[in-house]
Parts: sequence; structure tokens; C-alpha cells
Amino acid sequence: MARLQDAARKQITEIVNRYKDEGTPLMMILSDIQKEYGYIPLEVQELVSSLTGIPVSEIYGVVTFYSFFSLTPKGKYVIGVCLGTACYVKGSQLVLDKFEELLKIKPGETSEDGLFTLDALRCVGACAIAPAVSINGKVFPMVQVGQVENIINEYRNKEAN
Amino acid sequence: MALVNIKIEGQAYQVESGLTILEAARKCGYNIPSLCAFNNGKCSRASCRVCLVEVKGARGLVASCVYPVAEGMEITISSQKATEARRASVELILSNHHKNCLQCEKNGHCELLEVSKLVGARDHMYEGEQTPSTLDTLAPGLIRDTSKCILCGRCIERCKEAQGISILGFENRGFKTIVSPVGNRSFATSPCIQCGQCVNVCPTGALMEHSEIDKVDAAMKAGKKVIVQTAPAVRAAIAEEFGERIGTPGTGKMVAALHRLGFYRVFDTNFAADLTIMEEAHELMMRIKNKGVLPQITSCSPGWINYLEYYYPEVIPHVSSCKSPHMMMGAIIKSYFAKTHEIDPNDIFVVSIMPCIAKKYERQREEMPNDVDAVLTTRELAKLIKRNGINWARLPEEEFDDDLLGEYSGAGVIFGVTGGVMEAALRTAYYWLTGKEHEKIAFESVRGLEGVKEASLDINGTVIKVAVTSGMSNAKKLLDDVKAGKSDYAFIEIMGCPGGCINGGGQPFVKPLFLPNEDDNILETYKAKRASVLYSEDERQVVRQSHNNKDIQKLYKEFLGEPGSEIAEELLHTTYNANREKFPDVK
Amino acid sequence: MVKIKTSEELIKSHKKFASELDMKFHCEEGKRAIVVCGGTGCLSSNSHDLLLRLQELIKENGLEDRVTANIVGCFGFCSQGPFVKIFPEETLYTKVKVEDAEEIIQKDIIGGEVVERLLFIDPQSKQRVAKQHEINFYKLQKRDIALKGNAEINPEDINEAIGQGAFLALNKALHMSRQEVITEVLNSGLRGRGGAGFPTGRKWQFAYDVQSDEKYVVCNGDEGDPGAFMDRSIIEGNPINVIEGMMIEAYAIGAKNGYFYIRAEYPIAVNRLKNAIKQCEELGLLGDNILGTDFSFRCHIRLGAGAFVCGEETALLNSIEGQRGMPRPRPPFPAVKGLWGKPSVINNVETLANVPFILLHGAKEYAAIGTERSKGTKVFALGGKVNNVGLVEVPMGITLRQLIFDIGGGIPNGKKFKAIQTGGPSGGCLTEKDLDTPIDYDNLVAAGSMMGSGGAIVMDEDNCMVDVAKFYMTFICDESCGKCSPCRIGTKRCLEILTKITDGKGTMEDLEELKNLANVIKSNSLCGLGQTAPNPILSTMNAFYDEYVAHIVDKKCPAHVCKTLMQYKIIEEKCVGCGMCARNCPANTIVKTDIVPVGKNPSLPLRVHRIDPSNCVKCGLCQSNCRFGAVIKD
Repeated sequence: MARLQDAARKQITEIVNRYKDEGTPLMMILSDIQKEYGYIPLEVQELVSSLTGIPVSEIYGVVTFYSFFSLTPKGKYVIGVCLGTACYVKGSQLVLDKFEELLKIKPGETSEDGLFTLDALRCVGACAIAPAVSINGKVFPMVQVGQVENIINEYRNKEAN
Repeated sequence: MALVNIKIEGQAYQVESGLTILEAARKCGYNIPSLCAFNNGKCSRASCRVCLVEVKGARGLVASCVYPVAEGMEITISSQKATEARRASVELILSNHHKNCLQCEKNGHCELLEVSKLVGARDHMYEGEQTPSTLDTLAPGLIRDTSKCILCGRCIERCKEAQGISILGFENRGFKTIVSPVGNRSFATSPCIQCGQCVNVCPTGALMEHSEIDKVDAAMKAGKKVIVQTAPAVRAAIAEEFGERIGTPGTGKMVAALHRLGFYRVFDTNFAADLTIMEEAHELMMRIKNKGVLPQITSCSPGWINYLEYYYPEVIPHVSSCKSPHMMMGAIIKSYFAKTHEIDPNDIFVVSIMPCIAKKYERQREEMPNDVDAVLTTRELAKLIKRNGINWARLPEEEFDDDLLGEYSGAGVIFGVTGGVMEAALRTAYYWLTGKEHEKIAFESVRGLEGVKEASLDINGTVIKVAVTSGMSNAKKLLDDVKAGKSDYAFIEIMGCPGGCINGGGQPFVKPLFLPNEDDNILETYKAKRASVLYSEDERQVVRQSHNNKDIQKLYKEFLGEPGSEIAEELLHTTYNANREKFPDVK
Repeated sequence: MVKIKTSEELIKSHKKFASELDMKFHCEEGKRAIVVCGGTGCLSSNSHDLLLRLQELIKENGLEDRVTANIVGCFGFCSQGPFVKIFPEETLYTKVKVEDAEEIIQKDIIGGEVVERLLFIDPQSKQRVAKQHEINFYKLQKRDIALKGNAEINPEDINEAIGQGAFLALNKALHMSRQEVITEVLNSGLRGRGGAGFPTGRKWQFAYDVQSDEKYVVCNGDEGDPGAFMDRSIIEGNPINVIEGMMIEAYAIGAKNGYFYIRAEYPIAVNRLKNAIKQCEELGLLGDNILGTDFSFRCHIRLGAGAFVCGEETALLNSIEGQRGMPRPRPPFPAVKGLWGKPSVINNVETLANVPFILLHGAKEYAAIGTERSKGTKVFALGGKVNNVGLVEVPMGITLRQLIFDIGGGIPNGKKFKAIQTGGPSGGCLTEKDLDTPIDYDNLVAAGSMMGSGGAIVMDEDNCMVDVAKFYMTFICDESCGKCSPCRIGTKRCLEILTKITDGKGTMEDLEELKNLANVIKSNSLCGLGQTAPNPILSTMNAFYDEYVAHIVDKKCPAHVCKTLMQYKIIEEKCVGCGMCARNCPANTIVKTDIVPVGKNPSLPLRVHRIDPSNCVKCGLCQSNCRFGAVIKD
């Protein structure tokens, strides 16, 4: 716990205080921390535990149960390839395979340069524009295998400039 | 309680309303196999899906461990649908289970194996990939082997309820789910107090004590003088391991067995319990006299000491500096006993038979590295006896060795049950402060299995308030008051396990599944039954107070001098670590 | 904002905004109103930029005083978006890009001339269609109950909702007794739209009958079926309608607090809901003494965090309580012991969206729609291999044929219809023989599937049904909470067998075991997720047993989907020897033979190519790059 910097400690305390009137605020606290930091490491869970009285094991159990919460930092760009049924029957698995091949990472992993995290998503509800790929919230409609390289380059170029 | 009419297998019964089908069936004489439910039929999970039965009118099969009986309910256990369903649930569990049953430490006590038998599980059903597993052997006290875990969740519930620390929890989801300390860490790198309550409820070999039987064997073979001591609570339960009913005293046969195992001396830790009382009562009187830090809190339970260091380091000044009795015993054996008999202490190997798993951790503490060389649990002792071909039923009753450390008082015996240390201390403190024995030897107000007990004792007009608690969930409130400076007690007894050592993490498993001849409510009554063994042994003792123990008196006269003397401090007292990190970095 | 404190004030406000809405849709002489679709599908195709561009152009051209441009909820016809609709003519432009804004303003708004090229082309008649109601996709639909207000009102403006009649149903309910409200819902025949179809009124009655100081209503918006987005669109298009439904429910059972549990994957829906709740609070429509009665109610939002199982109602409750989303055993039922141990009713978003209609128009009028045991309308997310992909609301009882071929416009690229999967991972596949079955809860179950929440994925001859079963099993395996052993281990074993089969290593015994396992999981699992998890296997085995056998006995995937069981081949007669395939092959496994292509001059360097299957990675690039159709799957 000592490893947490004061600023982070202060901010997490502030997040916990946001929900002090809630009976069971854990999900909300973790969502906010995930949004703010991109991940929820053990030190942070310990702090949340000491502020809320919820055992660390229960917090850890919740963090590892929900796919939105992450124990490790995500890449700057989180690429989500939808594997919902509508996208799957229209070939999104092939799109995902292509991302894996080009980024040399598997779903759930982050590229070595810390730029990209690849996720296989379960239906983003954009079934009408299948196969859908979302990058940091921006949805790319009807993505074909051939476009994958361009999409990656678009973000790489953005970084280069 | 209102009664309801139900039918099981077509037979009519009247049972209490509010019972689950599983509980009701058990009372009516039907055993429905179950795994996640504790064997009394109580469950909040219904997750193993083994106890499925048919209920007329219900949609599909129902889990009998959570489904309440109702008026007119018709329950079928033996239909093809239900028996096949139960068998399939067990077979699926077995398909993800490390089946080295022959070598498994839990062999003979494994509920999964027993239930497999009951449902007629077939070999090699549903074989496939196994969940990636972890074998944690780093902690001195206990071992976790997830390849045998069936995710029933009993350990999680027990840790939370008994100790309030929730060391164990579910992690990940789906097929990757495991039960573990945070981040699949070892118990050794988590703030686990190693009490072993989780081990007591585990249905399989996923949680076990860290066995030291081989170590004892090796010492014997190496020609060491292996001296054994047994804690009071062991005699209250060891007979259960040999099929005797809970509450059967096992002292004489246990001693006979230890003699046959070839130990150099067989001592009773009770002697050291008396010694502890001398030191601890002295410490208390000094604190009272010198206006020292009060309340004083007992220190004989290493589970409690672990809890202290991890969760209440601020309370350390309140805790008696006395080592726990078996550690004192070890220290005295390797000094006074060795010296008197002119034995090189390095040739002595001290084995403690304990109802406890945390004692395995305790003996490895850096504050007292050489006092005790191995700790076996009650269960391990039973294994050792069986392994050496000794037939318990044919054993005679024998006495502990009477050699310098032989005598013990009734006060020492009751150390094994919650309130016992307090009662023993009060007997001696009263005598020291008033110069006479209290007319009532038994202090009833500190007996019993309630979570927190209070008593006051009038000593020549001064009223001393004391409190007794066991299980860390119960202790928490008292400790918060101590920490806040609001506690008005002079002395508090804290034991790590609920009920004290009789319910320690190293005691025989209490599993109704294997105890067909015990009462329906054995899970509620076993602690009292074991405690009664100790209270009746106390009553039978001629000497009931520690200070009247002749060997103790001799020990002080010949070796230690006075309680609290320099040599007593060195051998019998210890220090605590206020800086134990809960989650140290792991490489 | 001026608070609406009484029934009279509500009605007054309604009249005022109703006439404003009327103005918007029927426009005074010379005035025009433009609306742009603001659903997730269209927004991801830049409809927000499009709206900004239109507003900019209106300003640039000095049209502010007679032309408005606003956002509305989802049009449903998502494959044709983004949409722009012009009032009063009701001209509907499809697939509109930001660049098209200029032309719409110049030609239509200023010039009064329809932009022909942006009109929808009917795939059958190849004719351009100018108005929404003339498009086949909309003809059989009834989009005014659950999707009420979608694509008409601005979902971010409560006044438009009030203009359309929001809270009138609540107002009516508040003048009825609680029991009367429940009876009305019972009589309407409304059944839960989230999956199993339990009668909504009965759920309410259970909770009403339990005495408790506190009760809760919970709206299940954890729409997790892969391939379904009904709830998202309903909230995005008209959040007020759902809130009103919840309020009526709360009044009926006696709850003071309501919780919306929404997937975190739906940020737009969440924001619109938040905004709607805030506006309701500002108007006093949420809070104490609503409309001057002693009914007080507050709404709260909770976000899911990516766990399909949280759509199961007891798992959802655990999630709200900050726990792992592991289902609870039943009994006790949530209506007796639910959220924080208090009686709770959990209803799906679409269910609640039906409630205001029932109260406002009466159970009788509602029950007149649909079949005998399934009343009202149902929203489906029609997706997969169908021409018109989108969100549809149809009366119960229309046939699958009408859904797929009339509304959906049939199968694209002249392919053959193979199956429609309804009910998501809990449902099953329906085939040709089921096409004329009227859609309702009971018929779908009888046919081996279920209504589910409303996902409807169409599959054509190119889909392998074993692969589809494997897809759903992979999904369930990932999403199983892990609590109970049949689901945790059983689904894993099913997936292992399916993988074995699609890898060509399966045996007929495996098939038997698969069926046996599926039945075990169904009968033994703790919650609805597990109990229905094997349905995709059982229904595909039932309808497409031959396909399973083909994988096992012939070691062939008839649809050429399972990679291990198919290969790419070049038909010699069709190959012109251009070498495009070889140049695009990432595995360098396409070789040139000595054969001269049919009809080619041997002096040219062109030679027939051949794929060496040993190194082929089956990426399909050769096929997509061959312009002569010479590469086939075998």
C-alpha cells in the first residue's frame, strides 16, 4: 500500500467518498477507478478495502469476475473486435485473427510498445453494422479483413505525428 | 416450531417447517448425498448440484440443500431422473479433479470420494482439460492444492464467519475459477493467520495441514532423543480418529500409543500450561501493581498472535510476552531437563502434538527458533499411530512420564477450551493476591461456548473485570475497544479458533457424513462434548491450581528462581512483530 | 424549469408540447423540420457530424427561422443508416454522409426537390422509395408500443416526450388503486420480454402481496445476448417511456426506489437515461409526492461491467450489491427476498416500455394485439444474413417468413436460407419447416427454440451449424460464472467435444456423449443461464444431425467453414493463370504448373496455378483476389 503515490491515494479516497451514502458501492467505485486509471492493481484494492471495510479477497474476486475490470494497464488504444453472433456470422473472427497476426498479441494482451490492447468483445449492440470494431469507444462499421492494416496504421501514424 | 406433513419416498413424515429438504430427509433417516452443504444440511450456495431430488409439482429437479419443506410436499430421492442427475453432477466434478486418491492425504476423510461411492460414479466419465492448478506449500501451517478443489465455497464461508478476515475468495470466472488468497498468492504471503478452520471444513484434499510426520520419522531414525508433548485438547478428540464417539476421553490410550511409538519421553503440555499461568499471572500482577498497560491479553494461541500482528499491531503492548505453553515446554526440555539429565540439547528433538495448525508456523518464528522441532496435529498423530501398526482398540491406558516435568494441575488441562486460561489464571492470581484459595474452584462465568464472556472477580474488595473470547470475528469488538483505549477489563483471554483449542484447525474432522452414529445436530454439539472431556479431567485432578503443581514449584526452586526472573524472561518470554506486511512483494 | 406538481399541470403541459410537436411534424407553410438518427449504429457512421453540418448549413444559408435540425432515436433500419428525415413531406434519406448535407439543404430544403440518389432502393423492385411507410421493412411493423417515439422525438428533450403523452399513463395509474393497476397488467397478458416470458402482472402481484417496509423495482438492461440490441435502442430512443413504465410498476407494488442496471457497453443509452432522470427530477416527476399524490419515487442507475450472467436476475442483484455476479439459489425468490433482502421485482427494459401503453389504452386494447397466449408486440434485432438488418417491432403472431422475407427482405447474394437463431445463447435454431409458424412464446418453445430477449440471427447456406453451436458454447464457457459444477465443467466438456468434431477427430460416441452432457447441464444447473446453455447444441443436433455426421464420418464440413475440414482448390478449367492468387498468398503455397490455361496461347507466360494444401493457412485471400471464380472451397 505504501507504494501508492499520495496523489493517487487522494484521488481514490475521493472516488470512494463519492459513494459514501451508498449501501453497496463497490461496483461503482471500481468502475470509476477503472475509468480513471485504466486498471485496478492490488495496492489500489487494498486502499479501497481499508476505506470501505470490504475484504480485499472480495474486491479481487469482483475485479477478476467482470471483464471490464483489469489488473494490468491497458494499451493507449483498446481495440475491441465484436464477436457477437451477428458479427461472427459475418466473419468477425477473421478480423480478430488479422489483428492478432498484425499486432502479434492475443485477445486480452497489450502490445509491447504499450500502444494497443486487443479485446474480443461480446456484442457491442452494433449488430446492424457487423462486423464492428471499436477503438477507444469509436465504432468502425462493417470492417473487412483487408481494412485491418489500414486501421492499425491510422493509429500508428497518429502516434508518429 | 410448526410442523408440516411431507412424504419422502411415499412415506409420510412430520417435520419442522423451515427445514430444508436435505435437513428434513436426514432427520427422517434418508441420506441425500451433498457436497457444498455442510453435512448438517445447511447451505447458502446450492452450487455443487449433487443433492438434487424430485419434488412433485416443481419445475425440474430441486437442490434439497436450499429448498424448504412445505405442507403436503412429496419428495422422491430414488427416481431414475434424480439418481442419474446426482451421479452426473459428481462425475462432472470428478472430471476436473486430481484423482490421486490412493496417495491423497485426505484418504479416508474425503467427502468427494464417499459421495462418489454413494452415487455410483463411473470411471473416466466426461474426461477433458483440467483447470490450471496451483500447489501452495510455502506456508508452514497449511497447504492448498487447487487441483483437488471443487469450489464448494465452505472454506470461504468459514474464514469469513469464524475469523472475519476473508483470506480465501473466488477468483476469475467460469472454468478458470479458483478459490485462493488474493491473486492466487500463497498463504505465506497473505495476511492469513494459519488457524486452519478452512481445513476443517474442506470436503477434499484441497486444504490440508503441512505434514511433518516424515520429519519426526527422520529424527527417530537418526537416533535423536525424540521427546513428545501433547496439548490438552488433543486427548479430547484423538479417540474420534479411531471410530469412538465424540466426547470420548483418549488420554490413557494416547499416552500408551506414544510410548509404543518409541518416544524418549512422553510429556503433557499441561505442565507448561501451569508454567504459563505462573508467568502470565505474575505479569498481570506486575502490570496492575506498576500501573502498566491494561488490559493484559493472553498469548497462547498463535492464530490469535498472527491476527494481532497483521490486523491490530497497536494492541501489541497489551499482549502478554509469555510464549505459548508448548514453546515454553520445548525451552525447558532443552535447558532444565537436558541439564539435569546431562544431555546435549542438540541431541534432543521436541515434537509437539497439537490441535493446531498455527503452531507449525509458530515454531518457525525467528523469535524462538529452537524450542520445538516439529508440530503434529491431532490428525497427524492418528496417522502416525495407524502407520505404525498400533491397534487403538487394544491399547491399555498409560500415564505420562513422571520425570521432572510430569505433574500437571487441573488448571493446565482446561487450557484446551475457551475460558480455560482465564479460569486457570484467576485461580492462581486470587491465591497470590489474597493468600488463600478461592472457595469455588470452578469459575462458571467464563465457561461455555458463547462468543464473548465477561466476569468480575472480587479480590479483597478490588473488583477485576475480565473477558474471554475466541474466534477473531468475536474478538474484533473487544480489540477495537482496547485499541481505542475504551476497554475497562484487566485481563482478556483470546483464542484463535471459535471454542478454543478443542475446535482447533488440527483436530479430527467432524463430518456427519462419516459419523452415522452421532446425533443429528452434532455440528452444534461437538465442541461442548470435547470440552466436557477436559472439564471432567480437571475435576479428577488432585491439584487444581498451577501454583500448587509440585514439579512447577521444584522447577522454580532449582532452575528459574522466581516468575519473571531473568532466566525466565529469556526462556519463556518472547516479542512480537508490529511490522508484518499483509501482501509482501512476491517474485 | 417549472415543476409539474399536479395532474392538471401535467395535462396542461402535455397540450402545450403536443401542439409544438404537431408543428414540428406538420410544419406551418414554408417551414421544415429535419431529423437525424441518433442511434448507436448511425452515430458510429458519423450521424452526429452530419447533424452538426446540417445545422451549420442552416445557419450559413440564413434558414434558422424556418428550418430546424434535431436528433431523434433509432430508425431501426440500421443497415441503411445514417438517416435524415424531412418534415412535413416525410422524405427519408438513407446512408447519408456528411458530404451529402450540402445537397440536402440546397436541393431539398431550398430547392424543394427530392434528392433522388439518397432514397432507399427496394431490393426486389429496384425502385427508389421516398417515404418511410412505403418501405417494405416498415410495412408489417407496429412501432408504437415498445418503440413508441423512436425516430420521432428528441430523446434528450423531456418536453417532446410529454408532448407525445408521457406520464399520462402514470397519471391514470395514480388515480387507480395499486391492485387495479396490477389487475390491468395481468389482464393485458403482458409477459416478460427478457427471456422466459413469465407473466409480468403475476410477478408484480407476488411482490405486492409481500409485506415489507421497503421494496425495490429493478430494470434489467443488461442486454447480453450476442446479436441483440433491443433494450439499447429503446432506451436511446425514448428513455422517458421506460422510466414511466418503472414508475407505474413501483406504484403498483409499493416501491420507493428503482434501479436501472445497464451494460457499461452502452454509453449513449446510459447518458440519455441519466439525462432523462435528471429532467424528471427537475420537473418534480421523480421525487416526493409525484403529481400531488403520496407516491414518491427515485431512480438510480447501476452499470454492468461485462458479465453476461448478470442478465440472470439474481446475479444482477448480486452485482448491484457489489458482489461477483453469481446467481443465487431459489427459493427464496426475488419477489420475497431480492435486492438487499427486500422484495424486488426485476423487469426487462422492453417489458417496462410496454406498460405505459397498457395503462393508457387499457388492457383490452393491448390484448387485442397478438396471439392467444402472447399479447402485444415484440421487438426483434434482426441480423445476420438478411438484407434488411435492423430493429423491428412486430405484433406477436406474425410468421418467421414474414419477418425474414417481407420485413427482412430475404437473404443477400441469392443465397439459400438455412436457419434463424432466436433467443441467443439460450435459444435454438429454427429452419425452413418453421417458417410459417406464427411467432409467440409457446410456438417458439414448441419448435425447439425460445423467444429470448429478441435476437434473431439469420443464417444462410454458408454457415456451418456445428460451428454455430461451437460459437455459442465458446460464449457460454467464457460467460459461465463458475458457481455450479454442471455449467462450469459441463459446458467446457461440450466445447471440447464440439472442437474435436470440427477438427475432424470426433466419433459417433462423442455425439452421444454430447447429447447426454447437454441434457445433464439442462437438468442440473443452478440458474437459467446453465439450464438453457445446451439449447444451441440440442436444437442444431435436432435439425442438422446430418451436418454433425458429415463432420464425424465423412470428415467434411458441408458449409466449408471448419478450417481443418475444408481446403481451397483452384479449378483448372477456370484458372487463367494470372497469378493474382500466388502473389497474395501469405504462405507462399500456391505454385505455378506447366499447364496452359484453357484458351490461352502457350507462348504467353500464363500457367494454371495449384494450391499446395500442406502449407495452406486457409486465409481465403486467394479466393477473394481471384477475379475469375477459379478458387473454390472444398
